[in-house]
Amino acid sequence: MHWEVVTKNFEYFLVGAWPNGPIGGIAMSILLALGGIFGAFWIGMVFGLMRLSRNWATRTLALVYIEIIRGVPLIMVIFWFYFLGPILIGREIPETWSALTALIIFTSAYIAEIVRAGVDALPKGQMEAARSTGLSSVQAMCFVILPQALRNMIPSFVNQFVSLTKDTSLAFIIGVNELTRTAEQVNNRTMNAPLEIFFTIAVMYFVICFVLTSISRRLERQVSRYQARRS
Amino acid sequence: MIWEGFLLTLKISSISIVFALLLGTMITVMRLSRIKPLEWFGVAYIEFIRNTPLLVQLFFWHFGSYYLLPDWLNTWKNSLSSPEFIDGVIALSAYTSGFIAEDLRSGIFAIPKTQLEASRACGLSFMQAMGYVILPQAFRIVVPPLISQCLNLIKNSSLCLVISVAELTYMAKQVQVRGAHGFEVFTVSTLIYLCISLLVSLGINTYNKYFLRTIKY
Repeated sequence: MHWEVVTKNFEYFLVGAWPNGPIGGIAMSILLALGGIFGAFWIGMVFGLMRLSRNWATRTLALVYIEIIRGVPLIMVIFWFYFLGPILIGREIPETWSALTALIIFTSAYIAEIVRAGVDALPKGQMEAARSTGLSSVQAMCFVILPQALRNMIPSFVNQFVSLTKDTSLAFIIGVNELTRTAEQVNNRTMNAPLEIFFTIAVMYFVICFVLTSISRRLERQVSRYQARRS
Repeated sequence: MIWEGFLLTLKISSISIVFALLLGTMITVMRLSRIKPLEWFGVAYIEFIRNTPLLVQLFFWHFGSYYLLPDWLNTWKNSLSSPEFIDGVIALSAYTSGFIAEDLRSGIFAIPKTQLEASRACGLSFMQAMGYVILPQAFRIVVPPLISQCLNLIKNSSLCLVISVAELTYMAKQVQVRGAHGFEVFTVSTLIYLCISLLVSLGINTYNKYFLRTIKY
């Protein structure tokens, strides 16, 4: 076994060439995941609420968006943004940005489904009661439904964040210097310790994701205690 | 080329699905067994598989399978025209089996405990009770999640392009790299994936409509 390959390059796995060069390694993966979930939350919220709209056209638009994105592998979405983004915009885009955009768009469809399920799970009486006290439907959504629904959705968001963290490894394919790519680079350079390198990488992803999964399990138990239930 | 890629996608997915189901069932039984080391192994396996990216697992098996697999399997693999196909099958089925095991476990928990107790009281052993009473009922409940795992597997098989298995996405990228008709090729392959997934979700909905409501406890 050649574990010295791993120990020598461990700092490279963590932050890439930073501070002497561009940031990389697991720091880059985490940045991508954080940026991705932040963007996807807002876009997903919009599409999730559109999906629940009473207007036929709005609802269908959201449905088509969600089904198309969910029916296609992430790698296809990444390729679309990577190869066709520059053609559509007319100038070069750094691959980190096209990867981030693809991750945001891809995750937003899943977030939209979470939002829809979360709002659907609330008892109907909540909306009716809010409307009958004189709130408009937008007000009822913002002040009554969403605050309750969002709290129930938190565990699902954390789970989605875990998938997103795993999905950032796909940015490797278009050349973003994140954890999987640093591993690949080190493996190509050394050639004698693939098992050790990729096992270490897997453990690094595992630590992050497992901590998050455990948090989400605990949250799930807490949330289910205070939920407004259907009678 | 796209057609060949599509066929290979179907081939690698269907082979992996079979292995994933077998492996997933085995892991679930381990996870639920009363023998502690087996149970710990089941938990560790599921958690590790579910919390690491498939891409990393693919690389792990692609570069590392030579050290881990027995000799006869390596010899057989290297005699094939595309040994990376086997690595892809191993990685995909190992990855999916973790998810299938979780689905099966929740399906088994949905079966009332009295079922197991009753069958044990009839004199069946734990394995017999699992095999003849619990699993057949659990499988019926978990058909929809299992089908959606199969769909995930088909979508995940696109990742095999990184270890040069010539499936649909790989072929699309090859055409694009050669500089001709990138746009058309990506549209066609996106549509193919879309059709597969729409068909599958249609299937799940039909199943839910006609079969699932007959199951009552």
